[in-house]
Amino acid sequence: MENRPLEYDYTVAKMFMFTTIVLGIVGMLVGVILAFELAFPSVNTFLGSGLAEFTNFSRLRPLHTDAVIFGFTLSGIFATWYYVGQRVLKVSMAESGFLMFIGKLHFVLYVIGVAAVVVSLLAGVTTSKEYAEFEWPIDIAIVIVWVLFGMSIFGLIGIRREKALYISVWYYIATFLGVAMLYLFNNMAIPTMLAASPIGESGIGAWYHSVSMYAGTNDALVQWWYGHNAVAFGFTVPIVAMIYYFLPKESGQAIYSYKLSLLSFWGLMFVYLWAGGHHLLFSTVPDWMQTMGSIFSVVLILPSWGSAINMLLTMKGEWQQVAASPLIKFMILGSTFYMFSTLEGPIQAIKSVNAIAHFTDWIVGHVHDGVLGWVGFMIMAALYHMAPRVFKREIYSKSLMATQFWIQTLGVVLYFTSMWIAGITQGMMWRAHDEFGNLAYSFIDTVTVLHPYYTIRGIGGLLYLIGFLMFAYNIYKTMTAGRKVEESELQNASPMGA
Amino acid sequence: MDIAEIQAYGYFGLTAFLVFVLYSYIYHLYSTDKKEGGHDYENYSNIALKDDIEDTPISSVSDDKEK
Ligand code: HEM
Repeated sequence: MENRPLEYDYTVAKMFMFTTIVLGIVGMLVGVILAFELAFPSVNTFLGSGLAEFTNFSRLRPLHTDAVIFGFTLSGIFATWYYVGQRVLKVSMAESGFLMFIGKLHFVLYVIGVAAVVVSLLAGVTTSKEYAEFEWPIDIAIVIVWVLFGMSIFGLIGIRREKALYISVWYYIATFLGVAMLYLFNNMAIPTMLAASPIGESGIGAWYHSVSMYAGTNDALVQWWYGHNAVAFGFTVPIVAMIYYFLPKESGQAIYSYKLSLLSFWGLMFVYLWAGGHHLLFSTVPDWMQTMGSIFSVVLILPSWGSAINMLLTMKGEWQQVAASPLIKFMILGSTFYMFSTLEGPIQAIKSVNAIAHFTDWIVGHVHDGVLGWVGFMIMAALYHMAPRVFKREIYSKSLMATQFWIQTLGVVLYFTSMWIAGITQGMMWRAHDEFGNLAYSFIDTVTVLHPYYTIRGIGGLLYLIGFLMFAYNIYKTMTAGRKVEESELQNASPMGA
Repeated sequence: MDIAEIQAYGYFGLTAFLVFVLYSYIYHLYSTDKKEGGHDYENYSNIALKDDIEDTPISSVSDDKEK
């Protein structure tokens, strides 16, 4: 065998980069369709009334949420793990045939799982639990995929050269453990074929159907303990892992305070798990739990801002880099949107505010300033940083990246501002009444008023999707036509063509 | 003492305990920083900055074994 110097092996990282982009396009395209369906109901039958079953809002909505969460975001988490993990542990996947095999198996089973999810959701097979719609056979497949991810993490840690675990690794471990715990508990279900009814029927329903092991208020509590922490361990923890690696690396600046990063980590871990109750304010769960949910939500500002401010301060004295590099712009704006949505969320969790905000479009606006401005921006930035290193080529076009940045920023702003106005208008109209207590408006009155804002949201979403397509094109061109670069050009700032 | 009073004391006690844990952790971070037998926390940032496969690890696993 020839004696080549040891190199990091990005095979698995590349595979997941590919699914990040493809599933990002699918998920966001469906999002844009949904947005226009809400604004213009005729879009519900855009493939004709024969296919309306597959194109209507309620069938497509879970496809959107699951494609962007478990498709786009999760692929981004896996892609960055298989990149960052090797580098900060200073060990190559090429050094272990076993880990390489696990990594590839992880990818293959993941793709099969995604296919099963897409088919079953389009067919209307669902448990009806938000973000946990998959029926039990798919749940089992997902558990296997997750265990493989865990084996990759701990396997790589087991053969590392760098003894200290970099802060990002802690966040990846927390992602793994957190999601494992949440997913298992929330998806506990009994297949209906095993159940028997009081009059003695058995083998009820299709083989893949199941009923939740929890009922009523308990089900709601477990569901939102899960749902909120899916935000924690899917949209926050792993994305923080990314920014702690990619921002310092791209800018060449050491983290402003490593100690603060540790303090925020433990703070976030402790506080997040208690905040889910804010999804159930004014519901049938005990009042003290609702209050606890509110209080922990407000406390959550501290560890969230701890990380975000740490990132902004990392750029101290280096702000010219933000002006010069569109890649750093993505990360700095991402971090800013993170601060913004972690302030907005706690405000919505205050009972009196929630009385207006709950069930309105303001919540949808809040979700999307976080996911578009923070999660989406950070994952794209991570892939932009990785592309020259994994393909050994310069990023195809800097100006395209800068244009994309501004188009998408405009898209996000249109999205959340329109949803703020729509949401608060809606909330106020629902509760407005005359002096005798009669409601002042009927439901359709709100629909008429909201129409222009729904259209603006659709346009904002479309801009974001166009930007995402520019990103996909830029990465594709980097892979195929970018100028070849030497290792020495890859130290910090990523090389970019004009 | 009724249940509400017990809850109130419990609540106060828990809050005080958590504040104590938080500040002890901060104290721990600063007191072990750059000390003999402790960690040089800020230097860990270099794990990301110097992450080529040929770079020397910031705190090597093999150093440990040689001891
Ligand atoms: C092109 C960009 C996008 C557009 C146009 C879009 C549009 C939409 C629409 C119309 C809804 C349904 C709102 C409703 O029921 O009233 C929705 C829900 C949702 N979207 Fe998106 N979306 C986009 C990107 C994303 C991304 C990238 C993520 C996550 C990474 C995401 C996560 C979610 C979540 C979690 C919900 C459920 C919100 C809730 O239940 O309150 N979206 N989106």
